[in-house]
Amino acid sequence: MTVRELTEQAGFRVLSMPDGEREIEGVYAGDLLSWVMGRASEGQAFVTIMTNINVLAVASLLDLSCVILSEDAEAPSEIIVSAEEKGINLLKTELPTYETCLLLGSLL
Amino acid sequence: MSKYYYDLHVHSCLSPCGDDDMTVNNISGMAALKGLQIIALTDHNTCGNCRPFYAACRKNGLIPVAGMELTTAEEIHMVCLFEELEQAEAFDRKLREYRLPVKNKPEIFGNQLLLDENDEVIGTEPYLLPPATSLPIEEAFKLASSYGAFCFPAHIDRPSNGILGILGTLPDHPSFPVVEYSGTADIKALEDAHPDLKTKRALTDSDAHYLWDISEAENALDLPDEPYSSAFVRHQLFRYLRGELGGGNA
Repeated sequence: MTVRELTEQAGFRVLSMPDGEREIEGVYAGDLLSWVMGRASEGQAFVTIMTNINVLAVASLLDLSCVILSEDAEAPSEIIVSAEEKGINLLKTELPTYETCLLLGSLL
Repeated sequence: MSKYYYDLHVHSCLSPCGDDDMTVNNISGMAALKGLQIIALTDHNTCGNCRPFYAACRKNGLIPVAGMELTTAEEIHMVCLFEELEQAEAFDRKLREYRLPVKNKPEIFGNQLLLDENDEVIGTEPYLLPPATSLPIEEAFKLASSYGAFCFPAHIDRPSNGILGILGTLPDHPSFPVVEYSGTADIKALEDAHPDLKTKRALTDSDAHYLWDISEAENALDLPDEPYSSAFVRHQLFRYLRGELGGGNA
């Protein structure tokens, strides 16, 4: 499934989608970025409540397919602008992390 | 110019995790016994015991620094130090707007004791102090700086509440010129893993929650001190932190 298809089916909000045709290959959830850096893998959708700009560094380093901010975590404007610049798909949902993962599990 | 032994990160009995024996007179007395000259009080998200701490340090011939260990929204611990006691107290009042309004349960988390300069308990802080404030790191840095704070990330070598553990790398913003290591840090290994650390001025502090954990006279800074006064040396410490003195660790 592509990021665009997921976004439509899950009803996620788009903050940045420079590469909607990107295939999603699995999911990783976590907020401690040093932990995520060593464990998430290429192509995964990354679910987090962390909105620091370093989220994009992790997404870019690991070539993740998209970042999904759960729990309606407020994204500062810089992260949205920077996601667009770095070519990172950045989505948002009001669902808590667990429910977000359940939904992803049922759709993917 | 003299060598000043310091410990810029110490908790009092106002932090629930701080031992009840961490009174302002005990801290300053122990610091004096250990041969320190400069000591900062940095309770979690509060400067509530800084005023009696100043008085206690004066009795023991130490140079006090008023401070706070702020917990950001990301749960990063950031030390904020103030050159003037009044700045710290003003920031303390402001930060209350951003603290989590959850009552402390002393039987679980510990007491949060407010003292006078004779170590008498004059009150307790009802709300639990250490949890994350609602300020993300950039906003916390900006707000504290606007109150005159000098800020640095605390114990960056620790996985929990250290900036490297939480954000993976040092962020570009805020750009911290100073970082703090705990006494057991392998600084060389961290600098190899994060080369930008080599450009930072390094402090080593105890983060003491018990009297015996306060730093020994091991970490020092060379500071100008003529004509000597406590306020003058404290000012030189802030000049060092801000990079206005040059030089490095003594």
